[in-house]
Amino acid sequence: MIPAGFSYVRAGSVQEALAELSRHGGAARLLAGGHSLLPAMKLRRAEPGVLVDIGRLRELSYVRLDGDQVAVGALTSHRTLERDPVVAEQVPLLAAAARRIGDPQVRNRGTIGGSLAHADPAADLAAAVLALDGVLVAHGPSGVREIPAGEFFTGPRQSALAADELLTEIRLPAAAGLAHAFEKFSRRALDWAVVGVAVQSRPGGRTAVALIGMGPTPLRAVAVEEALAAGTPAAEARSLAARGCEPPDNAVASSSYRAHLAEVLVGRALAL
Amino acid sequence: MRVEIVRVEITVNGQPHSREVEPRLLLVHFLRDTLSLTGTHVGCDTSSCGACTVMLDGVAVKSCTVLAAQADGCSVTTVEGLGGPDGLSPVQEGFRQCHGLQCGFCTPGMVMAATALLTERPDPSEQEIRDGLKGNMCRCTGYQMIVESVQWAAANGGAR
Repeated sequence: MIPAGFSYVRAGSVQEALAELSRHGGAARLLAGGHSLLPAMKLRRAEPGVLVDIGRLRELSYVRLDGDQVAVGALTSHRTLERDPVVAEQVPLLAAAARRIGDPQVRNRGTIGGSLAHADPAADLAAAVLALDGVLVAHGPSGVREIPAGEFFTGPRQSALAADELLTEIRLPAAAGLAHAFEKFSRRALDWAVVGVAVQSRPGGRTAVALIGMGPTPLRAVAVEEALAAGTPAAEARSLAARGCEPPDNAVASSSYRAHLAEVLVGRALAL
Repeated sequence: MRVEIVRVEITVNGQPHSREVEPRLLLVHFLRDTLSLTGTHVGCDTSSCGACTVMLDGVAVKSCTVLAAQADGCSVTTVEGLGGPDGLSPVQEGFRQCHGLQCGFCTPGMVMAATALLTERPDPSEQEIRDGLKGNMCRCTGYQMIVESVQWAAANGGAR
């Protein structure tokens, strides 16, 4: 399969990328690792007239400890997240999720910003960023804004990013030494999650629980979180995993099967 | 349809190549159709099966999901760059010794992924081999002899 024709521009800086996006209006798409966009273009699910390649913007590939936050550049690859010592110590949940994405070749090319901007409801990193209460930093023509992860995902493969904005950084509260877990179930070795769950303990004893594959967007299992906060044992709280969710019902899995999986996986993750 | 041409300079197996290509040309087609290096296979074409795996600046990638334009200025190694009939690489020889293939379609990708694995982990455990080959599918062997082939290579020269 070959994508439909398009023009190709390689951006040399964030400013250049933003200028290209503004120039072409909604016709342009950003190309990072390409592992979500290029398959979609082959299937004609995306037919951008212009691709603005930001893959060479090395300045967007970094992991930094910044006070009590970890700043991750949007072009940081999944491979880097798996191995980075700051991620391993400060936000190990992110490494645990990155390790479960696709396969080694995909993790070599895929980027955290690309994955989040693609906003697939079953994306592993989305669960981790949601459970960590991350903040996404977007650059646009009128400046920089910060979008809390909980407000970022607006629908299946839809995000709060405007067509002329570029996601540049993900900021995560450091969680060194706090319990975490990432569980997912897939049909084949390299598949997307049918259902996945990310759990992150917080200072003060609160626990965040995020689900993927359980609705039109990655989401927080609010009922489980509230039950845990009220002192309900994890073994009981897990039964609330699908409460308020509208899991998809499709060829991959029925919604009732997904609801069952969510309970099982939340139970496993909470066993920590 | 918008047709536009970009010039790419890509070093493949040590040989520099400069070509004008359509932006939508995939790296795998650049290798196979433009350079006639047909060792790299197109399998699923959806970045699942791994038959198209090559090294891009030393890192294993699925070349059906990389534009030739993205590889501009980069160095690519294909299965032809590892060794030929007169001098197989240890991984290639391992597949021969341990019967790591039947039809052979997945083999170039398996060999490249295994070479990438051994570059990073010269002495992998069986589980590490299986994890390292997670992005490569074989419909013939059931994988056991592929794992044995990689173990043979690890014991006989590694990623060389």
